[in-house]
Amino acid sequence: MDTSAVQRGPTDAELVGMLQTMIAARIYSTRCFNLQRQGRLGTMAPIDGNEATVVGCTYALQPEHDWIFSQYREFYALGRYGEEVIRRQVLYLAGHPEGSCYPAGVNVFPAQISLAAQIPHAVGMAWGQLRQGLPGVSVAFFGDGASSEGDFYEAANFAAVIKAPVIFMLINNGWAISTPTARQTAAATFADKAAAFGMPGVRVDGRDPIAVWEVVAAARARAVAGEGPTLVEAVTYRLGHHTTADDPTRYIPAEDMAAARAKDPVITYATQLRELGLWDDAAQAAAEATAQAAIDAAVDAALATPLAPDAFFDHVYAETTPRMERQRALLLELEGKGQS
Amino acid sequence: MTVRTMVEAINHTLAREMARDERIIVFGEDVGANGGVFRATDGLIDRFGPDRVVDTPLAEALILGTAVGLAASGMVPVPEIQFLGFSYQAFHQLAGQIARLRYRSNGRFDAPITMRAPFGGGVRTPELHSEALEGQLANIPGLKVVMPASAHDAAGLLTSAIRDPDPVLFLEPLRGYRSLRDDLPDDADVIEPLGRAKLVREGTDLVIVAWSYQVEVARKAAEALAEEGASVAVLDLRSMVPLDIDALAAVVSRCGRVVVAEEAPMTAGFGGEVVATIVEECFYDLEAPPVRVSGYDVPFPMAQLEDRYVPSVARLAAGCRRALEVAP
Repeated sequence: MDTSAVQRGPTDAELVGMLQTMIAARIYSTRCFNLQRQGRLGTMAPIDGNEATVVGCTYALQPEHDWIFSQYREFYALGRYGEEVIRRQVLYLAGHPEGSCYPAGVNVFPAQISLAAQIPHAVGMAWGQLRQGLPGVSVAFFGDGASSEGDFYEAANFAAVIKAPVIFMLINNGWAISTPTARQTAAATFADKAAAFGMPGVRVDGRDPIAVWEVVAAARARAVAGEGPTLVEAVTYRLGHHTTADDPTRYIPAEDMAAARAKDPVITYATQLRELGLWDDAAQAAAEATAQAAIDAAVDAALATPLAPDAFFDHVYAETTPRMERQRALLLELEGKGQS
Repeated sequence: MTVRTMVEAINHTLAREMARDERIIVFGEDVGANGGVFRATDGLIDRFGPDRVVDTPLAEALILGTAVGLAASGMVPVPEIQFLGFSYQAFHQLAGQIARLRYRSNGRFDAPITMRAPFGGGVRTPELHSEALEGQLANIPGLKVVMPASAHDAAGLLTSAIRDPDPVLFLEPLRGYRSLRDDLPDDADVIEPLGRAKLVREGTDLVIVAWSYQVEVARKAAEALAEEGASVAVLDLRSMVPLDIDALAAVVSRCGRVVVAEEAPMTAGFGGEVVATIVEECFYDLEAPPVRVSGYDVPFPMAQLEDRYVPSVARLAAGCRRALEVAP
């Protein structure tokens, strides 16, 4: 792809910001993992290994205009979209219905659990942006596994037909739970699939946030110029569990995991910025302390957020049906008697 | 005023609503130049252009999946699924996504999506076209399920569905598209509220509860039974969700005997929900066990057997006689 449309690379401040956000993502994710092990939060999917892809991508976007349609793994690294994202996500992991849905002004869709279902949503948003002359683009994050779902093919095909301003961010981290990429596709690369849709497909080192930034910036420029969508395959490696309910030692050879950990993107990128003179021990300590304080605050707030026993009747419809109102009344009556 | 068939009433209503609200976008398979395979969208592309009347690829999950994003972007999507049986291809977007957009966003996003689809049998379609899925759809919280049985109600309920902030599955009886007609205004809205049943025939001995084209079958059965001296009412439910429990209970309490008519297979069909509601609400007013006249528990049949599957006037009348013969 021609990346000359992107005149400047990331500024020094953005290079540093990306590292801070990557460090925060790892700390947030690890803290939530540990809280799940303590029984204080529910099942979660650690981000380890995907930080550079998500952060590099979001730093190339304009959060005030551009929409994110993510899976359940990315939001630890969506710091560029504001701290509200992690606060809501901890609430989600705590099992609270106000979790994972973000207030107006935060252009992030609720995290998707049914993998690939978010891809047509992103295309629909982009279609709406196109029709209404809105300035943004829509970004769908999905994995090598989700790329086998029909929703991906239906959505990518149509996005190219209408030249929708979409970026398909396929994070190839090697594994869909226990299924390796060789069992997902016989194609040489996932990026190759773009040819069938009539759109560019770009393969990028997903462990290098600067490389991801450049590719996404070019894809964004292309989208807003009316030239249509781009499929980006960001290649990385899942550095741990699929979720807290998983045991990757059953299927990932220890030497493969060790080799991948030797290329941990958070460590590699910090070293790179040190060599550029943009990072040092003090900056590292400050970034870690800031992230720890933020996740502590998010956890404290989440675990203290009140919840009405009948909250699940809210927001099913704009106006609850008469039958639901009867059910609500019964629930509250039983609640009062200790029989709910 | 103009006499319009149901499909003409739908077309006229779509045009009126699109003229009223420029956020509305109509899309689906062959809805553009072809005007839809039943001509429900005939002429809309000429009037509103290809940006608002959009032919999509043959991809039902795409059609319903993009509706979610379009709605969140501030538009009012009115997707068409060419035949209800094709919605199987998109059930995950319907049940898992459209139905939960408001809920999963904690009320941030409205989901003003009206999915139109032709419903039911009686017109000799190939396999997997004429499904009657209202029971399955009504079991998905977050969706509204609306089923008009007249040209007037098709106009009035479609207007309300498009203006509703929640997703409405608007199921149009294939058999009624050209056989049902009403005199309808040219330059005024027809509006019928969602969630309200309509008593389309008075009666005192028994009530047939029906929806979609079975309302027409019920009218004819009631006429046949009138010649035998029975006074049979017909309640058109019109909306499965929300269900008009009060209207249902009132007419059943008054008549004491009830027959539920539906095209779907009996087991776990919406008729079962109607009967359960009746039993909960007015058990002591019943003079006979409720009777269900439905499709059989088999896949929707090939054309030669279709008329034995979809309840006919004779079969429905026979079901009514069973209920009428029970001694009080």
